[in-house]
Amino acid sequence: MHAPYRLKRYRFFEIGQDHYYYDDMQTEENISWLVQTSYMPLCKTVQEMIQFSHGKFHCAFSVSGILLDMFQQYAPEMIDILRELAQTKCVEFVCTPYAYSLAAEYNKSDFEEQLRRHAAQIHELFAQKPVTVFNTELLYSDEIGDRLLSLGYKTVMTEGAKHILSWKSPNYLYNSAVSPKLKLMLRNTALSDELSFHFSDPAWKNYPLDAEKYAEQLSQLPQDEQIVNIWVGAETFGIRQVRESGIFEFLKALPFYALEREISFLTPQEAAKKLQAADTIPIPYPVTWTGEAKDLAAYNGNDLQQEAIQKLYAVAERVRLCQDKRLKSDWLILQDVNHLRYMNHIDHPGSNYESAYDAFTNYMNVLSDFLQLVDEQYPTTIENEELNELLTTINNQEKEIAALEEQLKKLKSKKSAPKA
Amino acid sequence: MFGWEFPPHILGGLGTASYGLTRGMAQQEDMHITFVIPKPWGDEDQSFLRIIGANSVPIVWKDNDYDYVRRRMQGRMSPEEYYHLRNGIHYDFTRIGTDDLGCVAFSGRYPDNLIEEIGNYEAVASVLAHSLDFDIIHSHDWLTYPAGVFAKHISGKPLVIHVHATDFDRSRGNVNPTVYAIEKRGMDEADHIMCVSNLTRNTVIEKYHQDPRKVSTVHNAVEPLPHPEEFQKHPRKDKIVTFLGRITMQKGPEFFVEAAARVLAKTKGVRFVMAGSGDKMNEMIDLVAKRGIADRFHFPGFMRGKQVQEMLAESDVYIMPSVSEPFGISPLEAMQVGCPSIISHQSGCAEILTHAIKTDYWDIDAMADAIYSIVKYPAMYKSLSELGREEVNNIRWYDAGLKVRAIYDKVIYNK
Repeated sequence: MHAPYRLKRYRFFEIGQDHYYYDDMQTEENISWLVQTSYMPLCKTVQEMIQFSHGKFHCAFSVSGILLDMFQQYAPEMIDILRELAQTKCVEFVCTPYAYSLAAEYNKSDFEEQLRRHAAQIHELFAQKPVTVFNTELLYSDEIGDRLLSLGYKTVMTEGAKHILSWKSPNYLYNSAVSPKLKLMLRNTALSDELSFHFSDPAWKNYPLDAEKYAEQLSQLPQDEQIVNIWVGAETFGIRQVRESGIFEFLKALPFYALEREISFLTPQEAAKKLQAADTIPIPYPVTWTGEAKDLAAYNGNDLQQEAIQKLYAVAERVRLCQDKRLKSDWLILQDVNHLRYMNHIDHPGSNYESAYDAFTNYMNVLSDFLQLVDEQYPTTIENEELNELLTTINNQEKEIAALEEQLKKLKSKKSAPKA
Repeated sequence: MFGWEFPPHILGGLGTASYGLTRGMAQQEDMHITFVIPKPWGDEDQSFLRIIGANSVPIVWKDNDYDYVRRRMQGRMSPEEYYHLRNGIHYDFTRIGTDDLGCVAFSGRYPDNLIEEIGNYEAVASVLAHSLDFDIIHSHDWLTYPAGVFAKHISGKPLVIHVHATDFDRSRGNVNPTVYAIEKRGMDEADHIMCVSNLTRNTVIEKYHQDPRKVSTVHNAVEPLPHPEEFQKHPRKDKIVTFLGRITMQKGPEFFVEAAARVLAKTKGVRFVMAGSGDKMNEMIDLVAKRGIADRFHFPGFMRGKQVQEMLAESDVYIMPSVSEPFGISPLEAMQVGCPSIISHQSGCAEILTHAIKTDYWDIDAMADAIYSIVKYPAMYKSLSELGREEVNNIRWYDAGLKVRAIYDKVIYNK
């Protein structure tokens, strides 16, 4: 689950004048719509699935930090129901970059900070400590895996893309070829897409799909295959497949027909514990779950996206150094991968812009103002390293002064003690 | 086909479109086109169609011997053809003043006695309808509708008309009743109506009360440049934003000036050019002075031929804020030489372009924003320039010709 903050129409003559970038009305409208048509019915359905299967139905949720913030502001009932789900012990909350951004690819330190922040948020809201990572749009590469392992994460979810699997099946647990301690779970693209894209398509060969048919497909898979990872965007339920298509009834019936065929449900955490890795898989280049190519092209494939990414992440260090809360929050919101997706000429689902150019212009105007604000704090004429050094010196000075003062106090008190 | 203009001597977009379309259609092997224009200059490209000058077609019977005709025609038409056409005279047009060959003179432009010329052209059409062998009649724009209708009545062959513009576009709604009547009758009589955009199609359906089933859209295309590498952008300090066209109410020049003022209030290093001439030019010069941007706003006057492409190639932005533009081919020409275009939603070409910026003609904030974005963010210029050029190079007259052909087939065989 993720939804972006909508940017307001921000013309270039507002650069330097107006530092508020968001269209709250549009954001709220979008969130209420998502909650009403998809998120809430979905959570209620999951609740029923757990109840009627007597706790045998298990699943995982990835909810971005930004979205949780928005829930708190616009739809607190979502926090309540997610909390109830967490309490069933049947639902795992996985760790996702707070801002649902591509920081994993463009700024490692920021990526770490976002994961940390999200983990803390999950802990605070749902009393769970996330151990599995679901990166933005399932983005993964060996380099990212290495980084995650060093952060203490043992399991990562990513796409079972054909070009990384070749003849292998996604229906096993794998280890990373570079960091063998890291477990990889791979999405079964075909079976996931049946729900996301084909479910209500009358021209599709399996139409109409019901829970029995779906469970039968699963049970037809080779006996030794351990696990089938079916992960879809939450908007699959209620939006991509509308309520009238019967998608919620499908979900409700699924546990019954699956359990009947001795297919059980596992959260990623349980799967990682229970299963042994079948093999290792190298993933040298970034994969995602997007498009035909399953790579980053939908987000960074054209010149517009490249320029936006480059301008944005160039100030990552400076933003990390700064203390201004609002600047930090803008930084997260502006990183949202959706802003980049809207700059895609062909494929831009959910865009509120007329064209990729329109999206780019608006975003760049906002970014220009943001960059000016960052520049006011830390002028870009100073190199990053230089800035770091200066700040360390300043910080150290403060510490030193504090230490010296402490010493002074002690000495003073020592001095005054004998007198007393 | 009945038309009014054909390159190289053209007065507006109609000639360019007539040429491109017929050239595209001529690529179909079984297509033979006879194109009638009021007054050919003799240097038209006739390699793919046959051009008949209405001023060489006899409409009143005159007895002339072979040598005399040959001498008088000066190669415009062979005496054999003259005699053949003369046999097509079935009506008495002596009321029209003709010369010794029985032909009538045409200005070939848009003179004050335009309605009279249209009538004479109609008389020519009757002779041609009696003497030529053809399957379908195709009339380009309102000037030739009466000719098409007359030819249809005589020959019983189907008539399609091609709407390149309506009087609603030219007059911002204050239509001339005479022109409207001619347009309306042409549309009523036509077996099928082709429009250059959905915008025009809607006008035809709503304002001329036509049955949507007999109105189709055939978007214009653009002729590929023979040597696009000829036109290069030279490095310069200032960015250039160009408006190029008739400076008239229809083209929305005042919105360009206002957008320019907004951009210049915020940024330096941009210059604005309004090339062309027209009845609003002095008003625009006044407005520029009033906004205090005359030092950055230039009026180079009317441009023709290669000058146009050179100007476009040197520009960083081409802008066409037309209030009502049936199609508007100039942004496509700008994109051909790699110049990013900003066009109004009220332009027909907006329907087929992805890699151009579209705003409402009155939305000067959006227009200014787009200009700023293109001159300030390099990726914007690069994408629009490269992808735009690629896009335009794929809009071909050949495909438009195929659409016309499909309509012909439908009209001829499913009657």
